[in-house]
Amino acid sequence: MATPTMDKLEALEADSASSHLIAVTFRIRRFNPEVSADASWEDFRIDIDPKERVLDALHKIKWDVDGTLTFRRSCAHGICGSDAMRINGRNRLACKTLIKDIVSFDKSGAVSKPVTIEAIKGLTVLKDLIVDMDPFFQAYRDVMPFLVTTGNEPTRERLQSAEDRERFDDTTKCILCAACTSSCPVFWNDGQYFGPAAIVNAHRFIFDSRDEAGEQRLEILNDKDGVWRCRTTFNCTDACPRGIEVTKAIQEVKRALITRRF
Amino acid sequence: MKIHKYDTVIVGAGGAGMRAAIESTKRSRTAVLTKLYPTRSHTGAAQGGMAAALANVEEDNWEWHTFDTIKGGDYLVDQDAAEILAKEAIDAVLDLEKMGLPFNRTPDGAIDQRRFGGHSRNHGEAPVRRSCYAADRTGHMILQTLYQNCVKEGVEFFNEFYVLDQLLTEVDGVKVSAGVVAYELATGEIHVFQAKAVIYASGGTGKFFKVTSNAHTLTGDGQAACYRRGLPLEDMEFFQFHPTGIWRMGILLTEGARGEGGILRNKDGERFMEKYAPVMKDLASRDVVSRSIYTEIREGRGCGPEGDHVYLDLTHLPPEQLDAKLPDITEFARTYLGIEPYTDPIPIQPTAHYAMGGIPTNVQGEVLADNTTVVPGLYAAGEVACVSVHGANRLGTNSLLDINVFGRRSGIAAAEYAAKHDYVELPEDPASLVEAQVERLRNSTGKERVATLRLELQECMDANVMVFRTEQTIKTAVAKIAELRERYLNVSVQDKGKRFNTDLLEAIELGNLLDLAEVMATSALARKESRGGHYREDYPNRDDVNFMRHTMAYREVGDDGTESIRLDYKPVVQTRYQPMERKY
Ligand SMILES: Cc1cc2nc3c(=O)[nH]c(=O)nc-3n(C[C@H](O)[C@H](O)[C@H](O)COP(=O)(O)OP(=O)(O)OC[C@H]3O[C@@H](n4cnc5c(N)ncnc54)[C@H](O)[C@@H]3O)c2cc1C
Ligand code: SF4
Ligand code: FES
Repeated sequence: MATPTMDKLEALEADSASSHLIAVTFRIRRFNPEVSADASWEDFRIDIDPKERVLDALHKIKWDVDGTLTFRRSCAHGICGSDAMRINGRNRLACKTLIKDIVSFDKSGAVSKPVTIEAIKGLTVLKDLIVDMDPFFQAYRDVMPFLVTTGNEPTRERLQSAEDRERFDDTTKCILCAACTSSCPVFWNDGQYFGPAAIVNAHRFIFDSRDEAGEQRLEILNDKDGVWRCRTTFNCTDACPRGIEVTKAIQEVKRALITRRF
Repeated sequence: MKIHKYDTVIVGAGGAGMRAAIESTKRSRTAVLTKLYPTRSHTGAAQGGMAAALANVEEDNWEWHTFDTIKGGDYLVDQDAAEILAKEAIDAVLDLEKMGLPFNRTPDGAIDQRRFGGHSRNHGEAPVRRSCYAADRTGHMILQTLYQNCVKEGVEFFNEFYVLDQLLTEVDGVKVSAGVVAYELATGEIHVFQAKAVIYASGGTGKFFKVTSNAHTLTGDGQAACYRRGLPLEDMEFFQFHPTGIWRMGILLTEGARGEGGILRNKDGERFMEKYAPVMKDLASRDVVSRSIYTEIREGRGCGPEGDHVYLDLTHLPPEQLDAKLPDITEFARTYLGIEPYTDPIPIQPTAHYAMGGIPTNVQGEVLADNTTVVPGLYAAGEVACVSVHGANRLGTNSLLDINVFGRRSGIAAAEYAAKHDYVELPEDPASLVEAQVERLRNSTGKERVATLRLELQECMDANVMVFRTEQTIKTAVAKIAELRERYLNVSVQDKGKRFNTDLLEAIELGNLLDLAEVMATSALARKESRGGHYREDYPNRDDVNFMRHTMAYREVGDDGTESIRLDYKPVVQTRYQPMERKY
């Protein structure tokens, strides 16, 4: 451990110890059909440490101000996929987005604009930030998202070279958060489109050297609601909290459909 | 109220629940009730790996694994169960590979293995490579693979259904499981599931601590539902504090980081674990490392302005190795701390991690009503259960193993039981308890707030029943919990609606945490010794004469309605290994 890094760490830690709060307005899209048929924006102004997560801010509002504010969450560190939402117009996980990264300051040092938060698009909103995830999971189930093999099971593990394992590594990271699918303009216009997440999960098996149902999955994705609908807008790749190269995976599936090699 | 009928009902869709479901769906008509979408379960957060003596990279065998598990658990482990765990580990890993799990591979294409705390060759000689892994997202891959196979098998899920009560019916003087009562999040409707067999796989209870690696949803609902119906909870005083949580946040940084060569350092840059565990050093078992960290902090060698943490140093490892083996946790450091682990050490502190105790079961997953009698038709597996394979301290990588081995066993046993038995009659007015609970909370005009009580509970638990405990701190906790339980009666919720009322469910979850915290503190107070994760400064030694036994805690209700906890004890099963002093 070199000294310069220690200095930097000390600064970071001193900063953390003296946590300073800033006042931020969260403008949240509310909807509760038990109360009103229409959705509306509601502002909440709270003091919060800029190093905290947007999820922490939502909790602060729910716990201290308005218990009816409703959202899904569980792990709080970007691994369970519960809390994809539109934050300042971009799909993100609330638990993986720090306040300091989404607020801007005016000359006086005050936060200049409200942070907007709304449900992800393209799926029916059921209450506040909660959407109906069933169509999303249905598309996932439709691509046969499981290993298919024939013949006798080996007694030990199937062998797979490190290179073959690497081939589909990226798409194994998916947490099914729907940030990609619900950022896709094609999906907004036509909910029948499988959407990027389902294609990512098909990719994960098509390019797994142990799997034997690649052809079948490709046929499913050759459908009119399949990969050819993708217009390569890269919204999905930008949205993915796991850093998966979603568009690249879709392109690889398209190429496999043409060459029939995978 | 709706009534459903299934052969087998599984509560929870984490690793244990889905592993059980894959077996029971093949054999019986099964419903899985889960408060989260299955892939949101906290099994997905597990990073480091799953233990099995595959011996793919060096000599190893299940006997060594059994021994390490027993020693790691400070001899409170039931040795027959540990032997099953270690033996069946090998097939458990191979089964997952065959289901499609993308393990990291050796140069020959076999499943790769790495070191993990407490796992050794030949009874403690040196660390051994026993953990099978998929980068640092092994739990994610297990959860995904099991869900994929549930889709393949057509497992029937009821997503966002919260099980809040366990139904028991007396048949010839014996309590038999009749089903469960669940609350549907989307509609607020209450459902009764009548079932021949019920399996609890609802996970841990870490949210009664503040600094924890556990998800917001880990509130011990399954433990509480059984406990309230008079069933015992075993060894609840044993909770594991993982040495390396991100400072103040508690987000876990896997022990695999130390398995890959990471080193713990104090403010002087000293590798302090050399003093406390000369052989295993940074890879000594978790309770030992967590206590060492706090000893450094207490003796003034902690880091930062408040001296309240130490460093996990990965800076000497090549960036390629960090990218390939530890991509997620290095990203956590960047995202949440703004630290670059290639060049900067990461501030860490112990974090509340794993409940060793839980619903007592035998090795078939059958729930015990006392030291010997089973509750017919009732099963439990995974973190909610206590078999006990982890004893006083769980070894890293043994829980992903536990959920697979005992998830599978309980799935088979429950389905076979369902095939041989008929439904027992539901108790009269089966939903009454849940209905009353929900109505009371919805209509309450009390002044207490859920968030306030929960925070006070968490701060009290962190301060008083964490890594170091004394009679005085535990008594402080017991008194505080009693006060909070009293105030809980005046809790009200703001959301009075039926639709996705998470406000209401957080209130119910808090009630569960309060009950379980009370059991934990009461059990800890009575255990006047130090063993594994339970460390009493006033009784620093293990006391095999008086305490080589499992705690069994029962809820008692007096004639006047007053509640109390009765503690009883259950012998430890010892087969081959005589208790020895634990040194690493
Ligand atoms: C950050 C972290 C890292 C870890 N790393 C490792 C590791 O590397 N190796 C290892 O062996 N172990 C590890 N562990 C421990 C291990 O991951 C867990 O103990 C294990 O995954 C628990 O699995 P489970 O199936 O019992 O519970 P969970 O996966 O927590 O699932 C619980 C399920 O129960 C459901 N549920 C809960 N309450 C209710 C209710 N009231 N009604 C209906 N459903 C309900 C939930 O929806 C969920 O589906 C780690 C733990 C954490 C927190
Ligand atoms: S590909 Fe990325 S954005 Fe899409 S569902 Fe998976 S993790 Fe979420
Ligand atoms: S809460 Fe789990 S991903 Fe955000």
